[in-house]
This record gives sequence, structure tokens and C-alpha cells, in this order.
Amino acid sequence: MATQHSRSVARLMMAPAVVLLLGWMLVPLTMTLYFSFKKYLPLRGGDLGWVGFDNYVRFVSSSSFWPAVQATLVIVGGVLVITVVLGILLAMLLDQPMWGQGVVRILVIAPFFVMPTVSALVWKNMFMDPVNGLLAHLWRFFGAEPISWLSEASMTSIIMIVSWQWLPFATLILLTAIQSLDSEQLEAAEMDGAPVLKRFYHIVLPHLSRAITIVILIQTIFLLSIFAEIFVTTGGAFGTRTLTYLIFQRVLESQNVGLGSAGGVYAIILANIVAIFLMRIVGKNLDA
Amino acid sequence: MARAVTPRRKSLNTALAWAVGLLIFFPILWTILTSFKTEAQAIASPPLFLNFNWTLENYAIVQERSDYMRFLWNSVIIAGGSTILGVIIAVPAAWAMAFVPSKRTKDILLWMLSTKMLPAVGVLYPIYLLFIRLGLLDTRGGLVVVLMLINLPIIVWMLYTYFREIPGEILEAARMDGATLKEEILYVLTPMAIPGIASTVLLNFILAWNEAFWTLNLTAVDAAPLTAFIASYSSPEGLFFAKLSAASTMAIAPILILGWFSQKQLVRGLTFGAVK
Repeated sequence: MATQHSRSVARLMMAPAVVLLLGWMLVPLTMTLYFSFKKYLPLRGGDLGWVGFDNYVRFVSSSSFWPAVQATLVIVGGVLVITVVLGILLAMLLDQPMWGQGVVRILVIAPFFVMPTVSALVWKNMFMDPVNGLLAHLWRFFGAEPISWLSEASMTSIIMIVSWQWLPFATLILLTAIQSLDSEQLEAAEMDGAPVLKRFYHIVLPHLSRAITIVILIQTIFLLSIFAEIFVTTGGAFGTRTLTYLIFQRVLESQNVGLGSAGGVYAIILANIVAIFLMRIVGKNLDA
Repeated sequence: MARAVTPRRKSLNTALAWAVGLLIFFPILWTILTSFKTEAQAIASPPLFLNFNWTLENYAIVQERSDYMRFLWNSVIIAGGSTILGVIIAVPAAWAMAFVPSKRTKDILLWMLSTKMLPAVGVLYPIYLLFIRLGLLDTRGGLVVVLMLINLPIIVWMLYTYFREIPGEILEAARMDGATLKEEILYVLTPMAIPGIASTVLLNFILAWNEAFWTLNLTAVDAAPLTAFIASYSSPEGLFFAKLSAASTMAIAPILILGWFSQKQLVRGLTFGAVK
């Protein structure tokens, strides 16, 4: 039983973490809100006074807003589809009995541990370079004209790079979930002569639904804020300027802090909408 | 789950899985191979796989030209410092939540998680401004604090899920025997908690090592870690495949090795205990 004394000790033990995170959340958030209502150009006159909701209106009515929304949705959606579909297939494959399972698992997971700047640059130069890249060699081998990946197929390229980074995460989580599947149930279905696809739809997929939801939610939160992959490859050019990158450019490159902050508030609202769903699932799990 | 299958099916599984595994791993393998080639061999057509003259010169050149050791040291300090600091702050909090839960524990945990969802770009300027005002821009200390704060929710969560697995009866037995709170923590809890703490340290070290938003935006020269060191190779004049490969290999090798040990923790740490 927790006594009154141990309760106050517990509160004291939690205090540093709670206070730090509260500060980390409230201080910058308040500042972002404050700047978002100002015309604030640090390099061109500084604080030029309150402007109400002007920045919010200007951010969404600028010509780069909708393309940025579109780029964000295409990248997040593309990576989600690829990683979830391939992740399910890979997890089912890795769950099968085989020799050297541990080594294969490591090979599949490895890309997740490669820092984003490295994976982006390796893909950009050694694979996607139109002259010396490996893909160019491959294309020439089959008699095709090599592609300038990052300028002609910029979105496809970014989606490929980011999917490569996140496929291990999806696979690992789905594999963990698949391993908790009752194999007797599957075997019984197999005995009864249920075809592979039917077994997949009626037994495997329902069992994985929660894990898939979690993969989608967690990845969405991380994918909405990918930065380094775009920073070192296209620098936001060729239609790859996502919402995150657009805000970064407004704030640090053109130093239009008011406008960028309004964009930041939009980004925070967007991330919170996704986060609410994730919290519900995690919260339910806490009760169990 | 070991199921009985025919040897033929097992062979097929093995062949397919290895093929897919090697395909996924290939970019890393190719980078490591290229790092041992000369620049001419690196862009040879057709590409050379193993039949080239292995050389270590790229590693020597990268170290000499860009002072790799300094970036490595910054990475170690920033990732290590933020992890250790985070664990010191998180252990008491997670301990309290796991062993003295109250009605609000769940809400506090979920709220902590929600701070992790805050998009970094939304608070980029405030943090940038605070760093300038406090003289923290391009310092390792500043980055240690920021990375500690962004990983603190994950550290608390992971420790919480590990601590909750420690049976409460053991603590009660210790209390019955008259152990003080200090003795309880030192002699009963710590030995049982060490594996969980070690796993948490490992995963968070990896996350901090690879963090590439704040490390790119808040450093210039002095405090730049390996993420920024690699980004400097994105300019066209730095485009030499063999040297890029050597630099990349040096940046990812330590973490790949650590990563092998942290597969299980990865699931727990990044799904906040929602997938087991």
C-alpha cells in the first residue's frame, strides 16, 4: 500500500522530469504563438508590430502552400503504403522456419540504424547519380536511358530513400505482432483446406490490425517532419518542398519569423490530430 | 514459433529470405565496399564488386582533410551526454510511476508522450533564438540538453515498462524486513532494473546519434557531430564516391554494431509498449 509519505516522495521524484518537459513544451510554444501574430523580420527591421491573423492567412494563401501540402501528403502516403505492404510480406516471410533467421533479421533491420544524412547521400550519389550511379549502370545494362532521379523523378526518389529507412521499423513491429499469433489456429485452418489468401484475410490480417494501426500512426508522426533527407538531396527543389521544409525555409533561410511561426502552428495542429489517435491506442493498452 | 515443415519448404524460405535480406542490406554493403576502392575504381563502368585493389587511403584522407575524430568525439559527447542526463532524470520519475501509481499516473505518462509529438520545425525559431541569447549556438552543452529533452519521454516510457515488470511483492518483502527506501532502491531494485536501464541507454544513444534536425540546425563548426559532418559532403565539390563511402562507413559503423544488440528494445521503445 502506498502511504502518504511515499506519495509525496514519488511526487518529488517525478518533479524534475515533469517540470523540464513542461518547460520544453510551454516556453517555445508560447514564443511560436507570440511570433505568429507579429510581423517579425530579424534581418530587415526586426519586430514590426502586431498583425493579427495576417501571417496565418498569408501562409495558406502563398503560392507555395498547396504544393507543399501535396508534397507532404504524397511522401507520407507513398512511404506508408510501401512500408506497410512490404512490411507485412517481409514479416510473414521472416516468421517462417529457415536457416540463419537471426542473420537475415539483422540484414533487414540494419537500414534503420543508418543516420538520415548518410542514407540520403549514399542513395543520392552512389545509386541515383545519372552518370556513375549504380541504377544508371543497371539502366544502361538493359539498354535504357539512365534517369536523373532527383530532378526528373524527385518524389519517387525521396519516397524510395525514406521507405528504405522505415521498412525495417514496420517489419520489426509487424514481425513481433505476427509471432504472438496462435500458430495452432493457422494450422487448423490449413488442415481444413483454407487457401493461403483466405487464411491471410481471415486470420493474419485481423490479428495484425492493431500493429498496423500503430505502425501507421507512429510513422506518420515521424514522416511529417522528415528533414535531413530533403536537406541533403534536393534542398526542397523539384517539387519536394514539404510543409516542414517550407517552414524551415521561411524561418531560417528567409528569416520571416512571423510567417514561419504561423506555419509552425499549423504543423503543430496537424501533428496533434494524428497524435490524438495514437494516444488513444497507447492509453487503452496501459489499462490492460 | 518452430513449426514442422518439409526440408524443401524450409530451403525455399531460406533462399527467399536471404535474397530479400541481402537486397535490403545492399546499399550499406555497397558503401562499405566502395570505401576500400580508389576514386577511379569507385566510378568504374561496369561497377567492380570484389575484384578491385583494396585500399585504406580514403580513410586516411577523410581523417586528414576533415578531422573526423573531432566530429566523432562531438557525436559521442552529445549522444552519450544526452542519454546519461536523460536517464538520471527519468529513473526516479519512472520508478515513482511504476511503484507508487496514482490516479494521475496514466495521464502524466500520456502527456509526456504527447510532448514527443511536437513537430520540431514548429519550435525551431524559439529554440534558435534562445540558443543565441544564451550563447548556446554551436555548443555541445546546448545540444546535450535539447536531445535529452526530445528523448526524455521515450526514456521515461521505456523505463516505466521495464520497472512495471519487477514484481511488487519483492519490494513489499524488503519493506517487511525493515529496509529503508534507500536500501530498497540500492539493494533490491537496482540489480533488477539494470538490464532495463541498459536497454534504454542503448536505444536512446542510437536515437540521439542519428538525430538530424537539431544537430543540423543548431551547430556550425565547433559542436558539429557526424550527422553534420556527412551533410557537408552534399556539396558538389565534395562529391567523391570513395571518400563519401569511407566517411559514411565511419559514421554508421559504431551504431550498426550497437544496433544489433538493440532489436528487441527497438519495438518496445518506439511503440511505447503498445506492441509486445
